[in-house]
Formats: sequence, C-alpha cells, structure tokens
Amino acid sequence: MSTTAPPRTATRSEPEPTGRTAAETVLRVREYSIGGALVLLILVTWLANPSFLDQQGIKDLLLNSSILVLLATGQSVVVLTRNIDLSVGSVVGLTAFACGSFVSGTDHGPVALVLLGIALGAGCGLVSGALVSFGRVPALVVTLGMLYVIQGVDHAWAHGEQINAATVPDDILTLGSGSFLGIPYLPLISALVLAGTGYFLRTYRSGRELYAIGSNPEAARLAGIPIRRRVLTAYAFSGAVAGFAGALWLARFGTVVADAANGWELTVVSAVVVGGVAITGGVGTVWGAALGALLLTTIGSALVVLKVSSFWEQAITGALLLAAISTDRVVRSRSTRALRKRRRQ
Amino acid sequence: MSRTAPAGADRAPVLALREVNKSFGSVRALRGVHLDLYAGETHALAGENGAGKSTLIKILAGVHTPDGGTVLLDGSPAVFHGPAAARDAGIAVIYQEPTLFGDLSIAENIFMGRQPRRFMGRIDHTAVREATAALMDRLGVDLHPDRAARGLSIADQQIVEIAKALSFDARVLIMDEPTAALTGSETARLFAVVEALRAEGAAVLFISHRLGEIFELCTRVTTLRDGRLVASESLAGLTEDDLVRRMVGRELGELYPKQETRTGEVALTVHRLTREGVFRDISFEVHKGEIVALAGLVGAGRSEVAQAVFGVDRPDAGEVRVAGKALRPGSPTAAMGAGLALVPEDRRQRGLVMEASIERNIGLTGLGSLGRGGLVRRAAERARAGDWGLKLRLKYDRLSDSVSVLSGGNQQKVVLAKWLATRPTVLIVDEPTRGIDVGTKAEVHRLLTSLAAEGLAILMVSSDLPEVLGMADRVLVMHEGRLVSEIPRDRADEETVMAAATGRAHQPAAPAGQLQPQPPEVPHPPGRPPGPQQSPGSQQPPEPGRPPGSQQPPGPEGSPGPKGGAA
Repeated sequence: MSTTAPPRTATRSEPEPTGRTAAETVLRVREYSIGGALVLLILVTWLANPSFLDQQGIKDLLLNSSILVLLATGQSVVVLTRNIDLSVGSVVGLTAFACGSFVSGTDHGPVALVLLGIALGAGCGLVSGALVSFGRVPALVVTLGMLYVIQGVDHAWAHGEQINAATVPDDILTLGSGSFLGIPYLPLISALVLAGTGYFLRTYRSGRELYAIGSNPEAARLAGIPIRRRVLTAYAFSGAVAGFAGALWLARFGTVVADAANGWELTVVSAVVVGGVAITGGVGTVWGAALGALLLTTIGSALVVLKVSSFWEQAITGALLLAAISTDRVVRSRSTRALRKRRRQ
Repeated sequence: MSRTAPAGADRAPVLALREVNKSFGSVRALRGVHLDLYAGETHALAGENGAGKSTLIKILAGVHTPDGGTVLLDGSPAVFHGPAAARDAGIAVIYQEPTLFGDLSIAENIFMGRQPRRFMGRIDHTAVREATAALMDRLGVDLHPDRAARGLSIADQQIVEIAKALSFDARVLIMDEPTAALTGSETARLFAVVEALRAEGAAVLFISHRLGEIFELCTRVTTLRDGRLVASESLAGLTEDDLVRRMVGRELGELYPKQETRTGEVALTVHRLTREGVFRDISFEVHKGEIVALAGLVGAGRSEVAQAVFGVDRPDAGEVRVAGKALRPGSPTAAMGAGLALVPEDRRQRGLVMEASIERNIGLTGLGSLGRGGLVRRAAERARAGDWGLKLRLKYDRLSDSVSVLSGGNQQKVVLAKWLATRPTVLIVDEPTRGIDVGTKAEVHRLLTSLAAEGLAILMVSSDLPEVLGMADRVLVMHEGRLVSEIPRDRADEETVMAAATGRAHQPAAPAGQLQPQPPEVPHPPGRPPGPQQSPGSQQPPEPGRPPGSQQPPGPEGSPGPKGGAA
C-alpha cells in the first residue's frame, strides 16, 4: 500500500483507556480464576493427603486428564464456530472398540492403530459436519442423532463382547503406560495436539476465520469466508481428535467394552465452557478449555483422595458450569457499566 | 433523460450494469437496470425503500447473482462468485448496518481473511496491527487496533468499515445509508474521507434518504422506482423536488401534515425520573391530543428515558404516572395495562419477530384478547391484522408472509399496527421514520397527527430535526442525560433546539466552523419561518462518549490528504 502515514497526532500518545474489551476481560478473568482454583484445589488436597502429589499421584492426574484435554481441544474448535459436537463420546467408544477388534491377536503397531482411529473419527465428524454445514440442520440435533446412531452401531457390533487387554499387542499397551523422561506418553500427546491447535487458531487465517464465523456468521459471509467448508473442517477435526482419543483409550485401558466413554460428551462440553469458550461462539481459547478439563479431572481425583463420595463429582461439575456462566454475565455487565460510566464523565 | 458523464469520462466505466434483472420468488426486484460508475465520481443511488437499491448493491457486492443481464468490470463482463470475488475486484461495500465481528479486535475485523502473512502462511500479527494503526491515522481517528469491535459507536463502526475498504485499495466504494445513525460532525468527517477517496480516483456509489446529503456530496444520480431505472443524470440543475418526484412518481403531499389539535388533560406524567449514569431528574407531562418531541444529540439519553417510562429499564428514582395513577416501575406489562405503547427505535431487533408472519406480529400484543381458553384464535388474529393493515395502508402480498420480506417502511407500519391495536392512551415512538422512504414517512406523519387529533398523547423521540419541528406541539431537549429545555411550537426552530441540544442554551449559535452548511433536507411546513439554512447536526460537538482526541474536526491534519494514495 502506498500509504504515507502522517506523523501520529498528539492524541495518540494518551493510552487508549478501553483497549481491552469486555469479552477479553471475561476471558482473562476466567482463565486466571480457573488456574487459581486448580492450584488451590491441588494445594488443599495435597495438605490433606501428601500422597496426592507424589510421583505416582502426579502421573495419575496427568494420565486421567489427557483424554479429556484432547477431546476438549477438538470440541473447542467446533464450539468456537457457534456449533456443538455431542457425538464425541460415542466416537471414542466406537473407535476404541474398532481399534481393539483390529489389533487384538495381531502384531499391529501403534502407528496403524492411531491412523485407524483418526480415520474412523474423521469419517464420523465429516458426516456430522456435512449435515450441519451443507444440510443446514441445527448442530444440536445432528450430533445428538449421530451420538445415538454411533452408539447403536457400536453396541450391535460388540454384541456384549469386550476387548481383552491380553489380546492387545504389547507395543500398543506401552503407548498407554510408557513414558518419556518420566512423563507418560498420553499427556505428552495431548499437550502436543493442544499446542498445535492453539498455535493454528491464533496464527493462521483459517483459524481466525473460525472465530469470525462464531462471532457473526452474517458478517463472515459478507467477508467472503467459506463458512460451510470451515465448519465442515471443524467437525472433521473434532471427530479425528475423538478417534485419536479412542485409539489412546484402548492403549491406556487395554480392556474395552462397547460403552466406553459413554456420557463423556457432556463432560467435554462442560470443560470447554468452564474453560471460557463461549457456547455462542467467537470467544475463548483451547488453552482455557484444557484448563477446564484439567480442573474437572482434578476434582474427580481430589474427591477420591479426600474420601468424599464420588457422587458429588457431578454436582460439583454442574455447579462449576453454572458459576462459570453466571460470572461471565456479571463480569461482562460490570465492564459494560464501567465503560458507560466513563462515557458520562 | 440525459446522461451526463463527468469530465474526462470517455473511458469505460469502472463498474457498470447492463439490462440487469433479479427476482425473488414472485417479486421482481430489478428489471432491466443500467448503471455506470466512473472513476473519480460520487454517484448517488436514489429511490424509495423497496425500489431495488439494496438488491442492486448486493449484486455489485457479489452477494446476489443477477438472473439476467451483465455486470461490466472495466468494460468486460464479470461474474462475482461470492463477496470475496467482488472484494478482490476492488469493490468495497459499507452496509447500512455495520457487519463487524464484535468479539474480535478492530485490526482483525479490518484484515479478516486477508491478513499479511509470513513464512508458512502464518499471520503477521505485528503487521496487521501496524497497518491498522496507519489506517486509523490516515482517517484521523483515535481507535486502538486491539480494541474489540463490540461496544463501538455506530460512527466508529462505520469508520472501521471504511478502513477495511481503504486497506484493500478499493476502486469502488459503495455506501448504503452510512449516515443514518451519525451525528452532524461524524457525517462531516465521513464525507471528508469519501471526498478524499474520490479525489484519488475511486468511484463512489452513495445511498441516502437525506436528499441534502446527496446534493452536497454527489455529481450524478441514478434513480430507481419499483425495480426500474427512472433516470440517470447529472445533479446539476436538479432540485430536491425533482428528485423526490422521480423517486415517488407522483407529486409528494405535505411531508408534515400537522393538524392543530386541542390538548386535553394530562395523560402521562414523568416525575424526577433518574437512571444512574444514563439520565437524571427528568420531569415532564404529555397531554391528550398532544405530540411532544424529545430531541437531543445521539447519546443524550432520549431513548433510554423512553424505555424507562415504558418499564423496559427500571429507573433508580422517580415515578411515571398514567392518567394520574402511578405505574409500577420496570414492568412493560404494567405499562401496557395502563395504556402505554412503545414503538422502539430498532424495529428489527426489538419491534418485530422477523421470521414470523405479519398477522402473528400484529397479534403479539393482543394474545389475551384474541385468545379463548389460552389458545389464540387464528381468525381473530387475521381479522385484526387485516383491519390494521388497511388502516395503515400496509403493502403486502399475504398476511401470512414473514415480515422480513417487507420494506423498512412497511415493517415500521407493522410495528405501529401492533401497538395501535392495543388501543393505547399514550404512544411513545422512538425514531418513527428512521430509514424509511419519503412517501411512507409522510404517511406515518399523517397517521401520528390524526391519532393525536383523536386524543392520543404522543411522545416522539427523534433525531430528525425537521420532523421534530414539523410534528411537535412542544419540544423537550435533552443534553447529556438532563432535560435542558422545553420549547413550545411557536418558538421552536433549528437554532433554539440545536443550541439547547449542544448545551449552549444561553449563547447564540456558533458558526458552523469548517463544516459545509447544508440545506435542510425537506421543506419546512407552511406557516413556519424557514430558520437558518443549516442541517440539524452541523453545529454539534462530537458525541460525549468519544475520547477527547477524536474531537478534531476533519481538517488538513486529521483528514486523509490526497497524498494518501488509495488507488
């Protein structure tokens, strides 16, 4: 551009008072408070029972949260576009069982396993995504339907059978239990996927366009963003990540029944929302979603350590969800009011 | 019909339409329309609502593809597959309602999909931010690139849209009613920017219902009526009346058909109403048969007072009485029960259920009276809608059509019908004719004045000064959240109202500074002194919400000079 920018006017030297926005404030507040709550929870539990944070304790925490973090990462990408994917739980169940059938009694390695899982998951995601983006059916209905269809197929196929750890090749079980420099593989994999997704969403045009679509679909259309393709891709990604998670599920547990990860879709969505990704799209980061997933998992583990009935876990998750959404509203209206006051001065 | 091209326009037009047709279902939106846009000209597109202007714009923007005819780009036929293709051809469109991503920063809004990239396709965030800052400097505004679009004033949102157009060196800039929600100084700033762009060789297509602006800014005008081309001609030698006649196709009746009415007892009393940080200590009365206008600059708190009176927002102090009886605060239901009705400013968001049918929308306020045993009787609903449609001369195909297919003016009539059907004793109308074509505007005014003559008390919030002066029996003026002046009809003129609205009630009006005085957009009603020939807004200071840095008028320093080089 041949613009010759004139010298900055004197007014610019004053810092813009409203550089940060309501939405961003909400997000910052959210991510910090979730982080704070997590630290506090870990501290309290550790004081009550020091074995919570010994080497095995940390390892368990990481292992337990890694699949949820993975799923939350995929789900965030869909939620950012003002959609939702409720089928992820059943996709994990199906791929875990399919992968199990594929490898049991053979000497297939982890690579083939993971590729199969990703391909299967991406296939499921593509079906949901095509129905949502090209079929213009509401995401809630499509993915709820997919949830039941996949679950049904899975149950019919398994027919009450289960995959036994004994028949799963050792290489694959090592993927689930082994570690690198003392850190188990699973959390490492989750962290890599998380970091890659986070980087992509921030640094690539198509990543930013996902935010744009969720923020204002009409404006996105007028800006020439290929909405349908982006939404389809988001679903394919979420499905692929869920398929990946299914393969890892098999590697971690070895023994898989047909309803593995049954009901996880709602936990995943909770983690994403608690982590500050707006259910209405356009706002949030995968980092926040991962923090949300970590928090939910840690609550579950902490309750066990603190010898509180695990039935409380659901109630606490629900309360967190409600608290997250209410604080959003309070913080947002506060900051709007602050802006309004400033205007009046 | 003469077609006068600007000087040196023996070249092909940058963008042209030939014999373009477009239909939506049975509605023929455009029929055989021609348009020539030359580089370096500002071209007005005139026509009533529903004349096909929006469709024409959307064809140029690549949103719609024409059913027949051709779009010529630099003289050769072009087909735009989607808005991105039109944008890549150098066509920028600024829509009536800004289309921004509220959650994203200004910088991201400007460069979405076109961010400068580094190695491996990664977005260069620093370059995006710096380019945005440079654009803001060029436009002479003080908006931080990282600030999110949500919460920006309409004027600033328009600025972001213009920055977007600048950022890809648009050769054609199309603006659909960009000034509808702007104050005078903001409009002047916008015009300065547009003029600079034109001087650099861009072609500008400008749409406005304010005829004064068309004459001020444009050299040629293309007029549409009912989807057909009426004329494409030079504005030199035309008068506003000529233009209106081409748009309406008939002699326009009186635009402000004010009837003298006898005012009755007090219908609405507002006593010391306060909402912290928004407005303070507002007291006034509205009598039966009286139209009281609430005037002031954008942001003075007028709409907020109207909403608090109706109970949409709960006031912090004060009370509202209807026919002497105190109203429960913060309850629109109570307000409706007491005989209040509010026609809101934003009819798309607040006045209508856009997807629902005309009859459903009109029936919404009467679900109790139309129902039997908790069920709504369709026949009663339909009868009511038919009745009011007739009274308000609503133009529609079928009552079961969704209101989203109606033109703006007809949508406003549906909102009015919906509220008038409640048989209110006090009607509050907020910007009753914003974005409505001249013909419908006159109809709405005629309706309001005849309602007042029948004894209805009307409180009218309006930014349209000629409308305030033409319709109101009394003018209440607000300035920064306070009621600063009450002016009876015989003493109200542009000067007194504007002086009060800008907080200079005791000083003579200051000269208009660097801004061009413009003729008022419509003739004054007979029997009134014409007043100083100045537009409502041209003396306004910037709205109170803007940081002090943005107050600089578009002068040599703040405005983009020709050196900017857009092409």
